[in-house]
Amino acid sequence: MTPLSPADVTTMSASALADALVAGDVSSAEATGAYLDRIAAVDGAVHAFLHVDADGALATAAEVDRRRAAGADLHPLAGVPLAVKDVVATQGLPTTAGSRLLQGWVPPYDATIVARIRAAGLPVLGKTNMDEFAMGSSTEHSAYGPTHNPWDLDRIPGGSGGGSAAAVAAFEAPLAIGTDTGGSIRQPAAITGTVGVKPTYGGVSRYGLIALASSLDQAGPVTRTVLDAALLHELIGGHDRLDSTSINAPTPAVVAAAHRADVAGMRIGVVRELGGEGYQPGVRARFDEALALLTGAGAEVVEVSCPHFEYALAAYYLILPSEASSNLARFDAMRYGLRVWPEGKPEASAEDVMLATRAAGFGDEAKRRIILGTYALSSGYYDAYYGSAQKVRTLIARDFEQAFTHADVLVSPTAPTTAFRLGEKLDDPLAMYLNDIATIPANLAGVPGISLPSGLADEDGLPAGFQALAPATHDDRLYRVGATLEALLADRWGGPLLDRAPVLTGEVLA
Amino acid sequence: MAHLARLARIDLSDAELDHLAPQLAVIVESVAKVSEVADDDVPPTSHPLPVTNVFRDDIVVPGLTAEEALSGAPDVDRRRFSVPRILGEEQ
Repeated sequence: MTPLSPADVTTMSASALADALVAGDVSSAEATGAYLDRIAAVDGAVHAFLHVDADGALATAAEVDRRRAAGADLHPLAGVPLAVKDVVATQGLPTTAGSRLLQGWVPPYDATIVARIRAAGLPVLGKTNMDEFAMGSSTEHSAYGPTHNPWDLDRIPGGSGGGSAAAVAAFEAPLAIGTDTGGSIRQPAAITGTVGVKPTYGGVSRYGLIALASSLDQAGPVTRTVLDAALLHELIGGHDRLDSTSINAPTPAVVAAAHRADVAGMRIGVVRELGGEGYQPGVRARFDEALALLTGAGAEVVEVSCPHFEYALAAYYLILPSEASSNLARFDAMRYGLRVWPEGKPEASAEDVMLATRAAGFGDEAKRRIILGTYALSSGYYDAYYGSAQKVRTLIARDFEQAFTHADVLVSPTAPTTAFRLGEKLDDPLAMYLNDIATIPANLAGVPGISLPSGLADEDGLPAGFQALAPATHDDRLYRVGATLEALLADRWGGPLLDRAPVLTGEVLA
Repeated sequence: MAHLARLARIDLSDAELDHLAPQLAVIVESVAKVSEVADDDVPPTSHPLPVTNVFRDDIVVPGLTAEEALSGAPDVDRRRFSVPRILGEEQ
C-alpha cells in the first residue's frame, strides 16, 4: 500500500490514526510531526494555540514508538497527539487561562485528566486559546488575541473553548480537551463543525482545572467524530479521590454506545422552549432534517416542555458570577501570577497591590462578572439575586426530571445562530450571553450533553450544531444518538462536514 | 459601582466605571427576572450532585516541595513567599 502522507494523517479520525499506529502504517513520531507541521503552517491565521510544545510532544511520541516496538501493552490511544485547553494545569507547560494575570505561569503539577493523558502516552501538542478564565462565547475575551474560525477567518470560533474547537476543525489536532461551564465545549463545536461533549457533572475530575464556577464546570472531549469523543471521554473519565465532587462509579459505556450507533425504539424529546424565536432559519432547518433522519432510523420523536428554561440564562448569570467572584479571589498577587505595584506607592500595602494587580490583570469581561457576582452576594441583595437563582436551579432540575419521564434524550439546536463576525458583540454582553441559551440548562442541572454538526445553514454556508442531553450518568445515550446521526448525515453528504471547510492559507496540498 | 469594585479588590479607573456601569445595569435588570418564580416553597439548589461529606483515609500522601510551591511566586525571600506589608500605618 502507499505510505500515508502527512495530509492523510492529519485528516483521519483519532480512532483511525490509533488503528494505523497499531498496524505500523505510521509512527507516533511521524503523526505528531505531521500535526506540528500543520500547526506551523496554519496557526498564524487561526491562532488556536497559546503555546506549542514541539519538543515535549515529539519526546512522548518517540517513547511510545519505542515501547510499541518493544511489545509493550499500550492504551488504545497511545501515540495519538492531543491539545489541551489552557485552563487545565499542565506541569512544565505554561497555563494562563487566557489571562494576563497568569502570563508565564508554569504549574508545578498536572491536572488529573492530564496525568491520565500522559500515562496513556498521548503526546501533548500544546495549550489552546480561550476566553479569559473561560468567561465568554467567542474567544475574543482572551488576553492574547482572538482565535479565528477555520470556516471563515473573520468570524468567531465560539467560546470559551474556541481554541480547542478551532484546532480540531483546522486539522491542527485530532483530539482536544475542553471545559464546559455554560456551553464552552458544545457551542464552539456547533460553530466550528466539530463534536464536543460535556459529561455528567462529576463524571470527569475537576482537579487541576482553574475553577470558574465550581458547581457548573466540567471537562470533556473536543473531536471531529463521535467515536473519538467517546474514546477520549473514557480515558479522562472516572472517579478521582482528589476531586470531592467526583462520582464514585465507573464511566458509562460510552465507546460501546458509539459503536452501537442505534436509536431504534428510543424516545427523543424536542424541547419546545429551545428552538423557536431567535433561532436562525438555517439552524432550524438543519435541526428539523436531523430529527427526520433519526425518526427514519426508528426513533420516536415527542415534544416536551421545560417551562422554567426561560429563566435559565438569568439564573446562570447570577450563579456563575457569584461563584467566579469567589473563585477568582485567589488571584491576590501573593503566591503566584502577576504582581503590580500601584504607581508612585513604594510603601503600598498588600491590599493596594491586590487592587492594582487585579485592575491590570483582568480584562473587561472578567471585571464585569466579578463585580456582578460581588453585587449578587452582597448583604441585602443575596436573597433576591443569588438565593432566587438557586431556587430557579431547582425548578430547572425538576423540568429535566419531568421531561426525562417522557423521553430518553432531549434535543435542540446547540446554538441559536452560526458564527458571527469578530467584534460584533464584544461590547453588548447580553447579546453575547444569548449564544448559550440552549446549553446552559444542562450545566445548572448537571446533566450531560453532546453537540455534533447538523450541516451548513443555507443563508451563510456556516456550520450549525445538533445538541442532545441525557439524564445524569446516562452519557452513553448521547453517543448512541450522536453516532447514529453522524453516520446518517455523512451518508447524505458523501463524507464528513469538515471536508467542505475552505482550504486555509499556508495549507500544503498533498 | 465604585464601592463594589473596591469590595471585589479591582481598582477601576473613571473611564472604566463609565464604560462598565451601564452594561452592568442592563445585566442586573435582565437577571432580576429570577425572582418571578422563586417562591418560598421552592428549595434552593447549590450543587447538581447530592454528595455530602466525602472523606478519605487520614494518611500522609506526597505534596508539593517548597521549591515547587514557590516556583510561581512573584517574590521569594529565604524559601518563603515575600509579600507587601499587611497592616496600615495606623494599625
